[in-house]
Amino acid sequence: MQRFVTLFQVLDQTTSTNSKVEAIANYLAESSPADAAWAVYFLSGRRLKRLIGHATLKQWLVDEVDLPQWLIEDTYDSVGDLAETIALLSDLDTVANETTTSLTQWITELLLPLRDREPAEQRAAVTKWWAELPYAQNFVVNKLLTGALRIGVSQTLVARAIALHAGLPKATILHRMMGEWEPTAEFYLQLIGEDDGSAAISRPYPFCLAAGLEQLPEALGARTDWQAEWKWDGIRAQIVRRANQCFIWSRGEELIGERFPEIQTAADSLTDGTVLDGEILAWDSNHGVMEFAQLQRRIGRKSVGKKLLSEVPCVFLAYDLLEFEANDIRNLPLQQRRSLLEQLDFSHLPQLRLSPVLKESAWDELACSRAQSRERRVEGLMLKQIDSVYGTGRQRGLWWKWKVEPYTLDAVMLYAQAGHGRRSNLYTDYTFGVWSEKELVPLAKAYSGLTDVEIRELDRWIRKNTIERFGPVRSVERLQVFELAFEGISKSTRHKSGIAVRFPRIVRWRQDLAAKDADSLSDVIKLINDA
Amino acid sequence: MNPNKSVLIEPLSNGLYCSDGQFHIDPWEPVELALITHAHSDHARPGSSRYIASKDCVSLLRKRLGEDTNIRGVDYGEPISFGNTVVSFHPAGHVLGSCQIRVERDGEVWVFTGDYKRDDDPTCRPFEVVQCDTLITEATFALPVYRWQSGDAIAKEIAQWWAEAASQNRPAVLFCYALGKAQRVLAELQQFTQQCVYLHGAVAPIVDIYREAGISMLPTKKIDLEEKRNYNGELIIAPPGAGGSTWMRRFKGASTGFCSGWMRVRGNRRRRGYDRGFVLSDHADWPSLLRTVKECGAKNILTTHGQSETLVRYLSELGYNAAELSTRFVDDDSSDASTDSSAIDSAAENVAD
Repeated sequence: MQRFVTLFQVLDQTTSTNSKVEAIANYLAESSPADAAWAVYFLSGRRLKRLIGHATLKQWLVDEVDLPQWLIEDTYDSVGDLAETIALLSDLDTVANETTTSLTQWITELLLPLRDREPAEQRAAVTKWWAELPYAQNFVVNKLLTGALRIGVSQTLVARAIALHAGLPKATILHRMMGEWEPTAEFYLQLIGEDDGSAAISRPYPFCLAAGLEQLPEALGARTDWQAEWKWDGIRAQIVRRANQCFIWSRGEELIGERFPEIQTAADSLTDGTVLDGEILAWDSNHGVMEFAQLQRRIGRKSVGKKLLSEVPCVFLAYDLLEFEANDIRNLPLQQRRSLLEQLDFSHLPQLRLSPVLKESAWDELACSRAQSRERRVEGLMLKQIDSVYGTGRQRGLWWKWKVEPYTLDAVMLYAQAGHGRRSNLYTDYTFGVWSEKELVPLAKAYSGLTDVEIRELDRWIRKNTIERFGPVRSVERLQVFELAFEGISKSTRHKSGIAVRFPRIVRWRQDLAAKDADSLSDVIKLINDA
Repeated sequence: MNPNKSVLIEPLSNGLYCSDGQFHIDPWEPVELALITHAHSDHARPGSSRYIASKDCVSLLRKRLGEDTNIRGVDYGEPISFGNTVVSFHPAGHVLGSCQIRVERDGEVWVFTGDYKRDDDPTCRPFEVVQCDTLITEATFALPVYRWQSGDAIAKEIAQWWAEAASQNRPAVLFCYALGKAQRVLAELQQFTQQCVYLHGAVAPIVDIYREAGISMLPTKKIDLEEKRNYNGELIIAPPGAGGSTWMRRFKGASTGFCSGWMRVRGNRRRRGYDRGFVLSDHADWPSLLRTVKECGAKNILTTHGQSETLVRYLSELGYNAAELSTRFVDDDSSDASTDSSAIDSAAENVAD
């Protein structure tokens, strides 16, 4: 455990990718396969299910630490992370005892068994750790308890480190890490071993991602070198059909077949040894793709009732073929994969459809089609180089997303709240409003888009211009105007303004505008009507 | 506040003011007579007709306010009369020459701490507890998570980090405030090495002033901007403002560190993008704030800058008369490039070369 905590600290304390790769590879080289398996599990972003809830931990902290509850709350708001707050507060009088228990033992013998214990026993165990563990270990144990251990490394970086340690290609490791697996010594030995051909039948391929196009498409060269498709606004997914079973994976590597039973059933009639890449969309058989808000009704549900199934039918639009007749064909050129994909016959399966290739023969014609994206309820276009292989991770140069320009409007800051993690202690979560008659009504929350310098300047301004505080939230003077951008806009009964916006973010701080210059609700409604 | 007691020091629009003695303390606008606790820029602002500070503070103040500024240096504890008040300066342990200011009138005593700390610091006189009726205290780090380790423990971490960077043949660039923190680090590091440290142009002149005051520090050398060389294996000390500038280009592959009390919280370090955060502060931590309030015997506590509200509420619950005092002092420990309080203006050369 101690070595894992040290690895965590080293990764947390360097911004150099090479140092991170080296640190992970060194850890793996010195660890038992069981510990290495758990480390890979956490490094790749997998988590234990929450063992003890936030509220419970906070209550125990209030009982253990000789400070008033409000002060602990204030402290937590300032630190922005419960695991860290606990570790910092316990640090005050810890008799630091470094643990000698291994990572695997910590998880399988100490942490996981907590789940079945009585609350009093849980509390006794946890508070004893708080009292005994030094700061860094205390922090990691709390993170494991809350199921929120995040390590700032990408899947690709972890794969690089494992590949370095195992002497295998990175792509192989990335593929072997996909899907669901148990962090056991056996798994780890397979991960770094020669391929024994017994790869998990459910395992998806790493998704190939596109980069945003920042230039005119003419700069990409001849139109004929590129395949153009609509950029759908749904859930990116892979359908894996092997050994008479079917697995639908989201990009977050979650199995989502149960949520889309109609697609699951249709996919069951695919031939064994087929893997499709595509998008799940809410689809009306007469009018095509439905509003994203409709699909949202399906996303949240683990199981779907008949009513919802008929109100929001979903389909899978396939745009790539990754495995054909049980062969991994990711290295074939896109053109060939596409023609194999077109040979698969879905015509008897209305829930599986082919995402069309756009025929417009010139870039400017394509630009006209892109201009219709909003009416078609798509996000713009995808441009894929016709000879491109299906890469792992984000591909610059081979796949581009050419999205439509976002909507923008000017809104006034109403509330601010301190962020978490990297942004703790700093007011970074803002609520913006627009005019309705003489009042400002909240329209959107946004967190991103400002530079660090602007964030700090705004933070100071917020602290000096607070009208009222509600717990961690400050209501501020109605003075600052921001230009916001967002992707979608629709009427909503759940929002005070009657409007819901998608992916709101800050484009710029309009210090040149006064609050009275901000947009009004009627301006916003006009945007909806235009769409 | 107890309404029966009269007010000795009050915040006016131009600064903290004592009407009985007709002087200001650390005013934020030019005044007739300014008593200065220490030379950081949010406490020592230019333009006043006359200044009074501790003798140790005078050179720093001249550097900051101009050589021809009218400054009188006084000894620690030396009583000076203004009107019907008696004023004296007492060590605050914050930086070289930093003081608390004690004001007495008819047996009633007020103390303004300025910025202070209770931890050992080889570069300045230790904080002296001054008995008083009313204490005006800073509250920069008034949350229980803020608790410091000793300066030498942190210096050991810095020395290890430097050695590690050297073993990887990289420069180690340590960002800390040019006045106070940089010199404290240079003094504390003497226990672990005798190697020369390279200084940014904003840090070097202040190190000179500290040396003239008899403070022992590691040998240092100002970075020669003309010289083309690599700094692999060297430790470089720079103000935070130099971080994003072209000045940094000469330290290819550097590991970066930042010294500040805020580094106690992980998010503060991560969002600034430093590799390492060293929890070293020249302000009072939570236990020191409480200890000072207790030891000085004051019943009335006024708080300035930082987590004022929190400290006020906590002290009120303990039975003190506590209230916030509105001032324009900034938490200089948190400030970044834009408000680098300690970079003495004239020395802030070559931040971008």
